[in-house]
Amino acid sequence: MITGTPKPIEEILEMLEPYDNIILAGCHGCVTVCRVGGEKEVQVLASTLRLAREAAGRKINIREVSLERQCDPEYVEQMRPYVADHQAVLSIACGAGIQFLAEKFTMTPLLPGINTGFLGVTERQGEWSERCQGCGDCVLHLTGGICPVTRCAKSLFHGPCGGSVQGTCEVSKDVKCGWQLIIDRLKSLNQLENYGKLKPYKGWSTARDGGPRRILREDMI
Amino acid sequence: MLPCTGRIDESLLLKAFENGADGVMVVGCLEGDCHYVSGNIRARARVNRVYAILDKIKIGPDRIRMFNLSAGEGSKFAAYANEFVGKIRELGPSPINLVRAGQAHAVSQKETT
Repeated sequence: MITGTPKPIEEILEMLEPYDNIILAGCHGCVTVCRVGGEKEVQVLASTLRLAREAAGRKINIREVSLERQCDPEYVEQMRPYVADHQAVLSIACGAGIQFLAEKFTMTPLLPGINTGFLGVTERQGEWSERCQGCGDCVLHLTGGICPVTRCAKSLFHGPCGGSVQGTCEVSKDVKCGWQLIIDRLKSLNQLENYGKLKPYKGWSTARDGGPRRILREDMI
Repeated sequence: MLPCTGRIDESLLLKAFENGADGVMVVGCLEGDCHYVSGNIRARARVNRVYAILDKIKIGPDRIRMFNLSAGEGSKFAAYANEFVGKIRELGPSPINLVRAGQAHAVSQKETT
């Protein structure tokens, strides 16, 4: 899922300073699962903002909305009938959702209510960690299901670097060496020969280096 | 009134302040004695989150507090209620109610002139 963290309330209040009548839009997708931008968070943030603004002597009207997904046009369009009646939209979806709203509603300022994080997994309630950087050329079948692009701080493709000490990365004692994890896993799977199958270099043309990416599936159009 | 603190969430607690409460007292069963296993533990975590929110938006974190009691501790409930009401009286009206009272006063002044 795409993870995120709430923006500090002071930062959101500062963004809302010019406005008295806004939409607060949540999303039922990833941000609901990581408890940062779902229907519940919309209710809590709306109440918080109303209280803060009224205590400061300047009330704010907030229309609370939660879309099924802010990254799909059919759901975004549900907001169209009433967007123009408001001065701005504060979205607590991921950066993709916020940008999609901005593209669709060009005359209304869009404000981000969260900081979007990474593609990750839930370790336990309240803890998420990164697993994928969307490089566009997956090699997990060769690396025991552990991604060298994400789990190695340097995204190396040739095994651990000199900063790997007793399975720990030099970046932090809390970060495991991705390559140590890969080698240990390949050993336990009896697939250590896969280590030698990795490409001599990684082609990054499918990753972010080529600018914003696009997927075009002719079979679906 | 809610029969189980496990149903409480942050938005309900904040709504109470929006609706004019100067303080909110959450009374749950004793920890370890929840009929639904962890309802009161979850409630405490939610109360703590609202505590942090009230602190950040300068409404005053001490306006919310959770107590744990068994259904048979009537006198303790009364003592906790008196203690909390006393604390809220000490803090005075919430900033929201002060603003609302000021606005109501301004309107009545305008009407009399």
